[in-house]
Amino acid sequence: MANPTVPLVGAAAPPRRNGELVFEAPWESRLFGVTLALCEAGLFGWEEFRTLLCEEIGAWEAQGLPQESFRYYARWEAAFERLLAEKGLCTGGELERSVHTLAARPSGHDHRGPEEDAHRRTR
Amino acid sequence: MSAANRHSDEPAELALRVEALEALLREKGFLESAHVDAIVRRYEEEVGPLNGAKVVAHAWVDPAYKRRLLADGTAAIAELGFGGPQGEYLVALENTPTVHNVVVCTLCSCYPWPVLGLPPAWYKSPAYRSRIVREPRTVLRELGLELGAEVEVRVWDSSSEVRYLVLPERPPGTEPLSEEELRSLVTRDAMIGVAKVRAPRTGSHG
Repeated sequence: MANPTVPLVGAAAPPRRNGELVFEAPWESRLFGVTLALCEAGLFGWEEFRTLLCEEIGAWEAQGLPQESFRYYARWEAAFERLLAEKGLCTGGELERSVHTLAARPSGHDHRGPEEDAHRRTR
Repeated sequence: MSAANRHSDEPAELALRVEALEALLREKGFLESAHVDAIVRRYEEEVGPLNGAKVVAHAWVDPAYKRRLLADGTAAIAELGFGGPQGEYLVALENTPTVHNVVVCTLCSCYPWPVLGLPPAWYKSPAYRSRIVREPRTVLRELGLELGAEVEVRVWDSSSEVRYLVLPERPPGTEPLSEEELRSLVTRDAMIGVAKVRAPRTGSHG
Protein backbone atom coordinates (compact mmCIF):
# COMPACT_ATOMS: atom_id res chain seq x y z
CA MET A 1 0.00 0.00 0.00
CA ALA A 2 2.70 2.46 -0.98
CA ASN A 3 0.92 5.76 -1.31
CA PRO A 4 -2.04 4.59 -3.40
CA THR A 5 -3.98 7.31 -5.10
CA VAL A 6 -7.69 7.85 -5.28
CA PRO A 7 -8.49 7.13 -8.91
CA LEU A 8 -9.69 10.16 -10.82
CA VAL A 9 -11.30 8.16 -13.60
CA GLY A 10 -13.00 4.78 -13.77
CA ALA A 11 -15.51 2.95 -11.62
CA ALA A 12 -14.21 4.24 -8.28
CA ALA A 13 -13.61 7.82 -9.39
CA PRO A 14 -15.47 10.64 -7.67
CA PRO A 15 -18.19 11.78 -10.03
CA ARG A 16 -18.34 15.46 -10.80
CA ARG A 17 -22.11 15.27 -10.86
CA ASN A 18 -24.64 13.41 -8.77
CA GLY A 19 -25.84 11.06 -11.48
CA GLU A 20 -23.93 7.97 -10.41
CA LEU A 21 -25.66 4.60 -10.36
CA VAL A 22 -26.57 3.58 -6.84
CA PHE A 23 -25.93 -0.10 -7.58
CA GLU A 24 -23.63 -1.54 -10.21
CA ALA A 25 -25.55 -4.79 -10.65
CA PRO A 26 -29.02 -6.10 -9.78
CA TRP A 27 -27.65 -8.57 -7.20
CA GLU A 28 -26.13 -5.67 -5.25
CA SER A 29 -29.50 -3.97 -4.98
CA ARG A 30 -31.23 -7.23 -3.94
CA LEU A 31 -28.56 -7.85 -1.29
CA PHE A 32 -28.97 -4.33 0.06
CA GLY A 33 -32.76 -4.64 0.06
CA VAL A 34 -32.79 -8.05 1.74
CA THR A 35 -30.38 -6.87 4.44
CA LEU A 36 -32.40 -3.76 5.17
CA ALA A 37 -35.70 -5.67 5.11
CA LEU A 38 -34.51 -8.10 7.78
CA CYS A 39 -33.14 -5.23 9.86
CA GLU A 40 -36.43 -3.33 9.58
CA ALA A 41 -38.22 -6.52 10.64
CA GLY A 42 -36.19 -6.40 13.84
CA LEU A 43 -34.26 -9.65 13.19
CA PHE A 44 -30.98 -7.90 13.94
CA GLY A 45 -29.67 -4.46 14.83
CA TRP A 46 -27.80 -2.43 12.23
CA GLU A 47 -24.80 -2.14 14.52
CA GLU A 48 -24.52 -5.95 14.58
CA PHE A 49 -24.32 -6.00 10.80
CA ARG A 50 -21.99 -2.99 10.65
CA THR A 51 -19.53 -4.68 13.01
CA LEU A 52 -19.29 -7.74 10.76
CA LEU A 53 -19.03 -5.57 7.63
CA CYS A 54 -16.10 -3.69 9.17
CA GLU A 55 -14.46 -7.01 10.04
CA GLU A 56 -14.88 -8.36 6.53
CA ILE A 57 -13.51 -5.18 4.97
CA GLY A 58 -10.62 -5.15 7.42
CA ALA A 59 -9.81 -8.81 6.72
CA TRP A 60 -9.83 -8.13 2.98
CA GLU A 61 -7.52 -5.15 3.41
CA ALA A 62 -5.15 -7.22 5.59
CA GLN A 63 -4.60 -9.53 2.62
CA GLY A 64 -2.76 -6.77 0.78
CA LEU A 65 -4.53 -7.36 -2.53
CA PRO A 66 -4.53 -4.63 -5.18
CA GLN A 67 -7.01 -1.97 -4.09
CA GLU A 68 -8.67 -1.94 -7.52
CA SER A 69 -9.93 -5.47 -6.86
CA PHE A 70 -11.93 -4.31 -3.82
CA ARG A 71 -15.57 -5.27 -4.21
CA TYR A 72 -17.66 -3.55 -1.58
CA TYR A 73 -20.80 -5.64 -1.96
CA ALA A 74 -18.80 -8.88 -1.96
CA ARG A 75 -17.65 -7.95 1.55
CA TRP A 76 -21.24 -7.02 2.42
CA GLU A 77 -22.41 -10.43 1.21
CA ALA A 78 -19.80 -12.23 3.32
CA ALA A 79 -20.80 -10.20 6.39
CA PHE A 80 -24.48 -10.89 5.78
CA GLU A 81 -23.92 -14.65 5.50
CA ARG A 82 -22.06 -14.62 8.81
CA LEU A 83 -24.80 -12.58 10.47
CA LEU A 84 -27.53 -14.96 9.26
CA ALA A 85 -25.56 -17.94 10.59
CA GLU A 86 -24.85 -16.26 13.93
CA LYS A 87 -28.51 -15.35 14.34
CA GLY A 88 -29.61 -18.85 13.35
CA LEU A 89 -31.69 -17.39 10.50
CA CYS A 90 -29.97 -19.40 7.78
CA THR A 91 -27.15 -21.90 8.13
CA GLY A 92 -24.28 -22.32 5.71
CA GLY A 93 -25.55 -25.78 4.76
CA GLU A 94 -29.01 -24.46 3.91
CA LEU A 95 -27.49 -21.77 1.74
CA GLU A 96 -25.22 -24.23 -0.11
CA ARG A 97 -28.21 -26.48 -0.87
CA SER A 98 -30.21 -23.50 -2.13
CA VAL A 99 -27.28 -22.36 -4.31
CA HIS A 100 -26.94 -25.85 -5.79
CA THR A 101 -30.65 -26.03 -6.53
CA LEU A 102 -30.57 -22.73 -8.37
CA ALA A 103 -27.34 -23.57 -10.18
CA ALA A 104 -28.89 -26.81 -11.45
CA ARG A 105 -31.58 -24.96 -13.38
CA PRO A 106 -31.46 -25.41 -17.14
CA SER A 107 -29.26 -22.78 -18.77
CA GLY A 108 -31.12 -19.70 -19.90
CA HIS A 109 -33.58 -20.09 -17.07
CA ASP A 110 -34.56 -16.90 -15.38
CA HIS A 111 -37.34 -16.90 -12.87
CA ARG A 112 -37.69 -13.16 -13.19
CA GLY A 113 -39.54 -11.77 -16.14
CA PRO A 114 -37.26 -10.04 -18.63
CA GLU A 115 -39.17 -6.80 -18.15
CA GLU A 116 -38.62 -6.79 -14.42
CA ASP A 117 -34.95 -7.58 -14.88
CA ALA A 118 -34.57 -4.81 -17.42
CA HIS A 119 -36.17 -2.37 -14.99
CA ARG A 120 -33.65 -3.31 -12.33
CA ARG A 121 -30.78 -2.62 -14.68
CA THR A 122 -31.99 0.74 -15.82
CA ARG A 123 -30.86 2.65 -12.74
CA MET B 1 -15.37 -18.55 11.58
CA SER B 2 -12.66 -16.52 9.87
CA ALA B 3 -13.51 -13.55 7.73
CA ALA B 4 -13.00 -12.85 4.04
CA ASN B 5 -12.87 -14.87 0.88
CA ARG B 6 -14.52 -18.11 1.84
CA HIS B 7 -15.85 -18.11 -1.67
CA SER B 8 -15.15 -16.26 -4.85
CA ASP B 9 -15.79 -12.58 -5.53
CA GLU B 10 -16.99 -13.43 -9.04
CA PRO B 11 -20.13 -11.42 -9.78
CA ALA B 12 -21.90 -14.44 -11.29
CA GLU B 13 -21.33 -16.52 -8.16
CA LEU B 14 -22.31 -13.65 -5.87
CA ALA B 15 -25.47 -13.05 -7.89
CA LEU B 16 -26.37 -16.72 -7.47
CA ARG B 17 -25.68 -16.69 -3.73
CA VAL B 18 -27.78 -13.56 -3.22
CA GLU B 19 -30.62 -15.05 -5.23
CA ALA B 20 -30.38 -18.22 -3.12
CA LEU B 21 -30.34 -16.20 0.11
CA GLU B 22 -33.40 -14.21 -0.86
CA ALA B 23 -35.28 -17.37 -1.90
CA LEU B 24 -34.37 -19.13 1.33
CA LEU B 25 -35.31 -16.22 3.57
CA ARG B 26 -38.59 -15.84 1.69
CA GLU B 27 -39.37 -19.56 2.11
CA LYS B 28 -38.69 -19.24 5.82
CA GLY B 29 -41.13 -16.36 5.99
CA PHE B 30 -38.57 -13.76 7.10
CA LEU B 31 -39.23 -11.44 4.18
CA GLU B 32 -41.41 -10.72 1.19
CA SER B 33 -39.91 -9.85 -2.16
CA ALA B 34 -42.31 -6.93 -2.54
CA HIS B 35 -40.82 -5.38 0.59
CA VAL B 36 -37.32 -5.80 -0.84
CA ASP B 37 -38.50 -4.26 -4.13
CA ALA B 38 -39.89 -1.25 -2.25
CA ILE B 39 -36.65 -0.72 -0.30
CA VAL B 40 -34.55 -0.89 -3.46
CA ARG B 41 -36.86 1.51 -5.27
CA ARG B 42 -36.73 3.91 -2.31
CA TYR B 43 -32.94 4.11 -2.40
CA GLU B 44 -32.68 4.14 -6.19
CA GLU B 45 -35.35 6.72 -6.84
CA GLU B 46 -36.34 8.71 -3.78
CA VAL B 47 -33.62 9.03 -1.16
CA GLY B 48 -30.66 10.95 -2.53
CA PRO B 49 -28.54 14.08 -2.35
CA LEU B 50 -31.45 16.28 -3.40
CA ASN B 51 -32.72 15.88 0.17
CA GLY B 52 -29.44 17.19 1.54
CA ALA B 53 -29.45 20.04 -0.97
CA LYS B 54 -32.86 21.12 0.37
CA VAL B 55 -31.48 21.13 3.90
CA VAL B 56 -28.40 23.15 2.90
CA ALA B 57 -30.29 25.72 0.82
CA HIS B 58 -32.84 26.19 3.60
CA ALA B 59 -30.04 26.72 6.13
CA TRP B 60 -28.48 29.34 3.85
CA VAL B 61 -31.65 31.44 3.63
CA ASP B 62 -32.98 30.93 7.15
CA PRO B 63 -30.48 31.72 9.94
CA ALA B 64 -32.77 30.33 12.63
CA TYR B 65 -33.03 27.02 10.77
CA LYS B 66 -29.26 26.97 10.36
CA ARG B 67 -28.84 27.35 14.12
CA ARG B 68 -31.24 24.48 14.71
CA LEU B 69 -29.43 22.34 12.12
CA LEU B 70 -26.06 22.88 13.76
CA ALA B 71 -27.53 22.26 17.21
CA ASP B 72 -29.47 19.08 16.38
CA GLY B 73 -29.13 17.74 12.85
CA THR B 74 -31.59 14.89 13.27
CA ALA B 75 -34.39 17.17 14.49
CA ALA B 76 -33.66 19.78 11.82
CA ILE B 77 -33.81 17.37 8.87
CA ALA B 78 -37.03 15.93 10.33
CA GLU B 79 -38.54 19.42 10.02
CA LEU B 80 -38.14 19.03 6.25
CA GLY B 81 -39.53 15.50 6.31
CA PHE B 82 -36.26 13.57 6.23
CA GLY B 83 -35.26 10.75 8.54
CA GLY B 84 -34.89 7.02 8.82
CA PRO B 85 -32.03 4.52 8.83
CA GLN B 86 -28.57 6.06 9.19
CA GLY B 87 -30.01 9.42 10.13
CA GLU B 88 -30.72 8.79 13.80
CA TYR B 89 -27.73 10.82 15.03
CA LEU B 90 -27.01 13.36 12.35
CA VAL B 91 -24.44 16.07 13.00
CA ALA B 92 -24.12 19.01 10.60
CA LEU B 93 -20.64 20.52 10.22
CA GLU B 94 -20.36 24.11 9.07
CA ASN B 95 -17.66 25.07 6.60
CA THR B 96 -16.31 28.60 7.00
CA PRO B 97 -13.53 30.61 5.36
CA THR B 98 -11.13 29.17 7.94
CA VAL B 99 -12.50 25.67 8.62
CA HIS B 100 -13.12 22.98 6.03
CA ASN B 101 -14.83 19.75 7.11
CA VAL B 102 -14.61 16.48 5.22
CA VAL B 103 -16.30 13.19 6.05
CA VAL B 104 -15.12 9.61 5.80
CA CYS B 105 -15.92 6.22 7.29
CA THR B 106 -12.53 4.62 7.80
CA LEU B 107 -13.81 1.15 8.71
CA CYS B 108 -16.67 0.62 6.27
CA SER B 109 -19.12 2.96 4.59
CA CYS B 110 -21.28 4.76 7.15
CA TYR B 111 -23.08 7.64 5.50
CA PRO B 112 -26.14 9.81 6.20
CA TRP B 113 -28.63 7.98 3.97
CA PRO B 114 -31.70 10.19 4.62
CA VAL B 115 -29.99 13.30 3.24
CA LEU B 116 -27.42 11.88 0.78
CA GLY B 117 -28.79 8.49 -0.26
CA LEU B 118 -26.30 5.65 -0.59
CA PRO B 119 -22.60 6.47 -0.85
CA PRO B 120 -20.77 6.60 -4.18
CA ALA B 121 -18.17 3.95 -5.02
CA TRP B 122 -15.19 6.19 -4.29
CA TYR B 123 -16.41 6.91 -0.75
CA LYS B 124 -16.29 3.17 -0.05
CA SER B 125 -12.90 2.63 -1.70
CA PRO B 126 -9.93 1.57 0.45
CA ALA B 127 -7.87 4.42 -1.04
CA TYR B 128 -10.23 7.21 0.03
CA ARG B 129 -10.89 5.69 3.46
CA SER B 130 -7.22 5.37 4.33
CA ARG B 131 -5.76 8.41 2.62
CA ILE B 132 -8.21 11.17 3.53
CA VAL B 133 -7.21 10.77 7.17
CA ARG B 134 -3.45 10.63 6.55
CA GLU B 135 -3.12 13.30 3.90
CA PRO B 136 -6.40 15.18 3.53
CA ARG B 137 -4.97 18.19 1.72
CA THR B 138 -3.30 16.01 -0.89
CA VAL B 139 -6.43 13.95 -1.51
CA LEU B 140 -8.62 17.06 -1.69
CA ARG B 141 -6.18 18.62 -4.15
CA GLU B 142 -6.34 15.50 -6.32
CA LEU B 143 -10.11 15.84 -6.25
CA GLY B 144 -9.82 19.41 -7.49
CA LEU B 145 -10.15 21.26 -4.19
CA GLU B 146 -7.16 23.43 -3.33
CA LEU B 147 -7.33 24.88 0.19
CA GLY B 148 -5.18 27.73 1.45
CA ALA B 149 -2.71 27.21 4.29
CA GLU B 150 -4.92 29.40 6.52
CA VAL B 151 -7.77 26.88 6.26
CA GLU B 152 -7.92 24.24 8.94
CA VAL B 153 -8.99 20.86 7.56
CA ARG B 154 -11.06 18.70 9.89
CA VAL B 155 -11.63 15.06 8.97
CA TRP B 156 -14.62 13.38 10.60
CA ASP B 157 -14.77 9.61 10.89
CA SER B 158 -18.33 8.28 10.88
CA SER B 159 -17.76 5.65 13.50
CA SER B 160 -20.58 3.95 15.41
CA GLU B 161 -23.85 5.89 15.40
CA VAL B 162 -22.96 9.43 14.31
CA ARG B 163 -23.45 10.42 10.67
CA TYR B 164 -22.17 13.73 9.34
CA LEU B 165 -23.47 16.23 6.82
CA VAL B 166 -21.23 19.07 5.70
CA LEU B 167 -22.93 22.44 5.45
CA PRO B 168 -20.92 24.05 2.65
CA GLU B 169 -20.27 27.78 2.41
CA ARG B 170 -22.78 29.71 0.37
CA PRO B 171 -20.90 30.96 -2.69
CA PRO B 172 -20.47 34.72 -3.02
CA GLY B 173 -22.71 36.50 -5.50
CA THR B 174 -25.69 34.21 -4.92
CA GLU B 175 -27.71 36.73 -2.89
CA PRO B 176 -30.32 37.26 -5.64
CA LEU B 177 -31.03 33.53 -6.03
CA SER B 178 -34.16 31.89 -4.67
CA GLU B 179 -33.98 28.97 -2.27
CA GLU B 180 -34.94 26.64 -5.10
CA GLU B 181 -32.18 28.02 -7.32
CA LEU B 182 -29.67 27.68 -4.50
CA ARG B 183 -30.73 24.07 -4.05
CA SER B 184 -29.68 23.23 -7.58
CA LEU B 185 -26.14 24.45 -6.88
CA VAL B 186 -25.55 22.09 -3.96
CA THR B 187 -23.73 18.91 -4.93
CA ARG B 188 -23.38 15.61 -3.12
CA ASP B 189 -19.60 16.04 -3.12
CA ALA B 190 -19.88 19.41 -1.38
CA MET B 191 -21.98 17.83 1.36
CA ILE B 192 -19.28 15.17 1.92
CA GLY B 193 -16.67 17.92 1.95
CA VAL B 194 -14.59 16.99 -1.08
CA ALA B 195 -15.78 20.01 -3.09
CA LYS B 196 -17.07 23.53 -2.64
CA VAL B 197 -20.35 24.84 -3.93
CA ARG B 198 -19.74 26.99 -6.99
CA ALA B 199 -21.75 30.02 -7.99
CA PRO B 200 -23.58 29.58 -11.28
CA ARG B 201 -21.71 30.83 -14.32
CA THR B 202 -22.69 34.35 -15.14
CA GLY B 203 -22.77 36.05 -18.51
CA SER B 204 -25.49 33.98 -20.14
CA HIS B 205 -27.12 37.26 -21.12
CA GLY B 206 -23.97 38.47 -22.79
